[in-house]
Amino acid sequence: MVAFDEMTGSGTELRPAYEALDRWLKEAPPETLALRRSQAELFFRRIGITFAVYGDAESTERLIPFDIIPRVLTKPEWTKLEAGLRQRVTALNMFLADVYGPKECLKAGIIPPDLVYRNACYQLEMVDFKVPHGIYCHIAGIDVVRVDADTFYVLEDNARTPSGVSYMMENREVMLRLFPELFATHRVAPVDNYPDQLLATLRSVAPRSAPSDPTICLLTPGQYNSAFYEHSFLADKLGVELVEGSDLLVKDDVVYMRTTQGPKRVDVIYRRIDDDFIDPLVFRSDSVLGVPGIIGAYKAGNVTLANAVGTGVADDKAVYSYMPEIVKFFTGEEPILKNVPTFRCREPEANAYVLDNLEKLVVKEVNGSGGYGMLVGPHANKAQIEAFRRKLKASPEGFIAQPTLALSTCPTFVASGVAPRHVDLRPYVLSGANGISCVPGGLTRVALKEGSLVVNSSQGGGTKDTWVIDA
Amino acid sequence: MLSRTADSLYWVSRYVERAEYLARILDATTRLTNLPSTYGGAGTEWQSAVSTAGCEDTFAQAYGEANERNVCDFLTFNPDNPSSIRNCLAQARSNARAVRTALTSEMWDALNGAWLELQRFEKKRMDREEFARFLDWVKNVSLVFDGSAYRTMLRDDGYWFSRLGVYLERADNTARILDVKYHVLLPANEQVGGSLDYFQWTTVLREVSALTAYHWVYREAVKPILIADLLILNRRMPRSLAACYESISRFLDHLGDAYGRQGPAQRQARKTLAGLSNTRIDDVFEHGLHEFIEEFITENNRLGNTIFEQYLQ
Repeated sequence: MVAFDEMTGSGTELRPAYEALDRWLKEAPPETLALRRSQAELFFRRIGITFAVYGDAESTERLIPFDIIPRVLTKPEWTKLEAGLRQRVTALNMFLADVYGPKECLKAGIIPPDLVYRNACYQLEMVDFKVPHGIYCHIAGIDVVRVDADTFYVLEDNARTPSGVSYMMENREVMLRLFPELFATHRVAPVDNYPDQLLATLRSVAPRSAPSDPTICLLTPGQYNSAFYEHSFLADKLGVELVEGSDLLVKDDVVYMRTTQGPKRVDVIYRRIDDDFIDPLVFRSDSVLGVPGIIGAYKAGNVTLANAVGTGVADDKAVYSYMPEIVKFFTGEEPILKNVPTFRCREPEANAYVLDNLEKLVVKEVNGSGGYGMLVGPHANKAQIEAFRRKLKASPEGFIAQPTLALSTCPTFVASGVAPRHVDLRPYVLSGANGISCVPGGLTRVALKEGSLVVNSSQGGGTKDTWVIDA
Repeated sequence: MLSRTADSLYWVSRYVERAEYLARILDATTRLTNLPSTYGGAGTEWQSAVSTAGCEDTFAQAYGEANERNVCDFLTFNPDNPSSIRNCLAQARSNARAVRTALTSEMWDALNGAWLELQRFEKKRMDREEFARFLDWVKNVSLVFDGSAYRTMLRDDGYWFSRLGVYLERADNTARILDVKYHVLLPANEQVGGSLDYFQWTTVLREVSALTAYHWVYREAVKPILIADLLILNRRMPRSLAACYESISRFLDHLGDAYGRQGPAQRQARKTLAGLSNTRIDDVFEHGLHEFIEEFITENNRLGNTIFEQYLQ
């Protein structure tokens, strides 16, 4: 299986978008590249752009490896991709409003009702509750992969609390510092207005009763969370308070933050705490991360939570397989972005096929994330495959399977020099009362091991700057 | 600002100040024990260092004997001693990390850099020379952190809370030194011309970097009552209780002005400052030096609680 290469297509031609970059790579001595890479690493280490790895007691703060060779998309490619993202996120929001409201898509048989009702992320609390401005998924991260010159597949919709946007911005910042000459020869669309767009989005969804200058805060589980750096980065760029659960209190269904000048009312909360932990009175009673009573305030219409509670039902891997139908049903349009062909193991015929072809397929737990709990058939040994076969037989409804995709590759600076490595892309899509916005590009993740398809940072993946250029 | 942010800024400063104080105690104690035995005395210097650091109980649980090795280990890298230099810097960094956007990048750099470097020291076996370098390094961390706060922070509530942390901790430290050494400072114990006393007194001054200042201020031989005067009442001496309270009072007033509201913390600090201003050192000795200091430490703690209740909870 030969993968499409972002720079050379099938490996023989040089794609026009990469001409200048190719010249630069050929001219730059390897020592310079190595030097720049260590400078980049120093930069990340110094300002502390780290993430925590669960269960890794040795070093609780690690750097995500950064690759200095950017991934380039042309404006026309991006324009098409962006249209697809807008359509997809529009449908996601309509789907969420529907499953917590009139349930038209269930009545029309678009998706089996039990996939929604029995979904652990379907929150009964949210049924028939009208979220402010009808928006559920204010911040979406849609993972896309490319398989040829014209085709992007959506790999996963992240509709809960997608992370990584700080890397998108810091990667660009580092590139601008280390390679000013490259930016002089390319017209790269900027991404540094993301915080402005995010702030505008959050302001636009304040409760209607809130003042014209609503008070916004970002709710973090705290400094031991893997994405804490990102939380503090965003709060800083947004100019809002970074709060922990203990900083908030609820009185008479109104949320306040504890300040040195007494309680201050809060109107919008960009929360980076999962549903289960956000309110011990409603969800997990043992959670100390959340705020008792916050759901009451939310349902009284006194505060907006972004993302809304219960959005996880839309990014479930089983629901994912119905997204093409969902997009068509709600927008009336053909989906611009395709899904990866997906076998639903809950369907006996599909499951039989999957069990017969495990060594060719990628099998994922419906509720797994971060690259955990999956089988990559072609890279697994016999024992791993047999272990997975048993799991699959025991509870087929817990899994989906997909053919192993030839994810596109991108030139990457590795120990042996410049070599192709598989990449994916996570653009961030913002939905507010004034519409949808999306900065050009997103976070490119790269599998640093040769041949590996796993790009997750928790599994040793790295990141790259993503360029959308005028070409 | 968020109460938690203010609280963290306050504690970051307190912990850095405390780490420096521990380094000073160890430095002064090492000097004292280095004296030839004819100058030396009871050999209780290391026990005295533990008392000055205020952790007699935890030390007694962890170790039997207060000797150089045990005490140095306990006060520097021991992870089980919540007030070891290591843990002070760890707590300072952890607090800073939780509110890092409230710190300037220079302050974060100072702490994060110190934390990384500390781990290098921790892995080394240190001889005396290396240990002295380590203590200098700790004092330097505090200087750099304090200096970067002074030079880079906006003069608003965040700065004032961080300064309050510095001065409350500093007042507490100075008072503790005096309390442990009060028997040295008591005139009744004075053996005129006794070299032991002389070196013990100068140790008190060294612990607060005030030996030169003493000579400038008093132009006299080192005398217990004057040392007490310098460290308790003299406002020109930056670590004296009076100087600390002058600062505490000023920063609380800034807060009161900015927030448009005075409260119990402002009143309490002003009262303590007035008390110190109206006292003469003879009064202190008449009242009893030990009693005076004990009362001060209690009062200082109480102000910490009042600030917490008024602003930080």
